[in-house]
Amino acid sequence: MEIRRRKNQIEISELDPFLAELLRQIPASANPDGAPAAEQRLFSPPTTGKDAEICAEWKLYVEPELRRLFQSATETVAGDLEQLNGNEKTLANHTLRIPAKHADAWLSALNQARLVITAKNNFTENELNDHFRSPIGSRRDLSLFQVNFYGFLQEFILRELDS
Amino acid sequence: MSCGPRRDGECLAQIKEIEERTHVSNQKTATIVRVEPTIEKETRSEEELDLPWQVVVHNDPVNLMSYVTMVFQRVFGYPREKAERHMLEVHQNGRSILWSGMREPAELYVQQLHGYLLLATLEKTC
Repeated sequence: MEIRRRKNQIEISELDPFLAELLRQIPASANPDGAPAAEQRLFSPPTTGKDAEICAEWKLYVEPELRRLFQSATETVAGDLEQLNGNEKTLANHTLRIPAKHADAWLSALNQARLVITAKNNFTENELNDHFRSPIGSRRDLSLFQVNFYGFLQEFILRELDS
Repeated sequence: MSCGPRRDGECLAQIKEIEERTHVSNQKTATIVRVEPTIEKETRSEEELDLPWQVVVHNDPVNLMSYVTMVFQRVFGYPREKAERHMLEVHQNGRSILWSGMREPAELYVQQLHGYLLLATLEKTC
């Protein structure tokens, strides 16, 4: 896999079918439905105490806004990922071009996916920091790889935004 | 103060009428028993409203350090060095106070931080 900036795009080329499939999974992975821990992490309370008034207002006014914001980001990413559709069965490598103006949406969607996967699998800090864990021998290992792969993409996008 | 366009004497008559009505009204109210308003529940005292609120960011193992730094720069407009100092404080101490002041802007900052998926809370200064 190669990743580089080309004019107003971030180009991810030489994407093998496995990594292409992991990218296709971003919108679905970012969905916290059915996992209360993931829902709780994406929509965390605004206070550490038990300020019922603030929490109630937050649920009523802020949470719907946040939901819209997160959904908009995953929809943008899903739109970009359509480039990878149509030849899922072939073993050929793919190229994905992300418009630079979509960088924020990608950062958000990748972050949502990483947080949801982590919450669903209840990964520990030690597991998350173990970047040399291999090979992938279980569903849990695959999920951890997914979190690290998405983190790698985030790092690259952040470097591009910085430069 | 003007009472509007009227014929001569009309304005004076109107004032007189109002004065008489008010006088009668005052006499009447003198016989009414005055009931002091009772405060059933005081939701927020003035002292409480004056206390500054803090925007606190808590550590979480998922968000990347570079990402957290970028968010602090964007949300608070901090220079990179200051944003990095706060990010490291979050990483090492588990939390960092990013801002303190009135409740309304503090809430807005927390909302923005949640929009970036950071663990942020609003806390009242002790």
